[in-house]
Amino acid sequence: MAEARSLQIENLHAYYGDSHVLHGVSLDVKPGEVVTILGRNGAGKTTTLRAVMGLIERRTGSIRISGDEVIAATPEKIARHGLGYVPEERGIYATLDVTENLLLPPKINDHGMALDDIYRLFPNLHERRRSPGTKLSGGEQQMLAIARVLRTGASLFLLDEPTEGLAPVIVQQIGRAIELMKSQGNTIVLVEQNFRFASRIADRHYVMERGRIIDMIPGAEVASRQTQIQQYLGI
Amino acid sequence: MIFGQLLVGLINGSFYALMALGFAVIFGLLGIINIAQGTFYMLGAFGAWMLLNYAGIGYWPALILSPLAAGLLGMALEKTLISRMYKLDHIYGLLLTFGLFMFIMGTFIWLFQTAGRPYPVPDALRGGWNLGFMFMPKYRGWVVLVSLVTCFATWYAIEKTALGRTLRAATENPMLTRAFGINVPALLTFGFGVGVALAGLAGVLAGPIYTVSPLMGGELVIVVFAIVVVGGMQSILGAIVVGLAFGVIEGFTKVFYPQGANLVIFIIMFLVLLVKPAGLFGYQK
Repeated sequence: MAEARSLQIENLHAYYGDSHVLHGVSLDVKPGEVVTILGRNGAGKTTTLRAVMGLIERRTGSIRISGDEVIAATPEKIARHGLGYVPEERGIYATLDVTENLLLPPKINDHGMALDDIYRLFPNLHERRRSPGTKLSGGEQQMLAIARVLRTGASLFLLDEPTEGLAPVIVQQIGRAIELMKSQGNTIVLVEQNFRFASRIADRHYVMERGRIIDMIPGAEVASRQTQIQQYLGI
Repeated sequence: MIFGQLLVGLINGSFYALMALGFAVIFGLLGIINIAQGTFYMLGAFGAWMLLNYAGIGYWPALILSPLAAGLLGMALEKTLISRMYKLDHIYGLLLTFGLFMFIMGTFIWLFQTAGRPYPVPDALRGGWNLGFMFMPKYRGWVVLVSLVTCFATWYAIEKTALGRTLRAATENPMLTRAFGINVPALLTFGFGVGVALAGLAGVLAGPIYTVSPLMGGELVIVVFAIVVVGGMQSILGAIVVGLAFGVIEGFTKVFYPQGANLVIFIIMFLVLLVKPAGLFGYQK
């Protein structure tokens, strides 16, 4: 039998209206792995995550979550396979307060964190638990976006640029949260521009360009392939 | 005279609030401008009338059964017709519900003609109280009470419960809400049913005050639309407060300047839109 995969994408094509944005993306993620998707703006990283969540209507190819094919499934069905999605725009609801934002995603199983534990991990959120979600600072909103998927019992997390535009001290706090998620055996797919942040926590890196995966760099090779990585990212 | 008009205004306001509430729930959740809301009001009233005349089922069961039937019809319509409009511009939803309004009203005129049919006030609510300064018919007090309780209950359900939390999330960002594992399409069906049932309830309440006729509710939609615009298209609280306020303002205008009674709410709408385009309780996206 083939090795188990948390997420296996094969020959994924995706379209926004008439424009063809993903051109046969293939990647796989083993249980408990942290994998990043790197690449310049517009390479298709966010689109790949959105396609996995079923948020891009026109998509073909194969997406399997723990072996189950979900290429034609609705977003709500896909989420119930145990996915926790943290979108790039954070997706905090203005009409829900912090606690309501946290309680919104239904539990998939009983393995998720309790609300009290989540508040212990992010004390800022506890302090502001009655504030409307969008009244929080950018960093707090990002914490909320991550905290929100910790309760459901999801075991495969898709995090889209969780450190974008945040102060270093907040980036550290978010890094600790991701490390905690990893230490609990969760699988994480991380889209990240901040390569220094990504390289500290990830096991492997996929590199995307123009809607395709062009390379895969194991964590151990990051040091020896610095120049190539910088070229890929256009740094 | 003033108190009498105030009461009439409060009664009208109660109907406005119920109707506007249903309209706001539907627009907020589905983005559909439901021109057929007045038709569902008429169906609610006719439902009660038919239950009484064909099945001998009286007012009290009808108060539950008729809105429930209207709600189920609404859910069936959402599943088969309304749901096809979500990806299109708002105007298509408006045109579809306008078509439904014409079709259902036309069918009822064909079946029942346009003459009003009386619906008796239930025995327990006959008569009234003399409050000293005015006579208060019991049934009218009952209508105001039911409307206020229903409005408050709906507001509470949406603002304070887990179901309401989910509905608000689905209203604000439907795709992301689906990505959290919530079946938003089913919520939309349910929400349309609730909005229609509220109109049906208003219709049952209206039966004993006005007469039951296929033409009732047609012009109500225009006022309801103005209420929801002034209150803020998706605002539950706005629909309730402005609905009641418009009824009362109309009543007062009838006392002091009867010619302006039909116009006053549209003048208010005009002024509010100039100053707060998102409505009094609305927020700009």
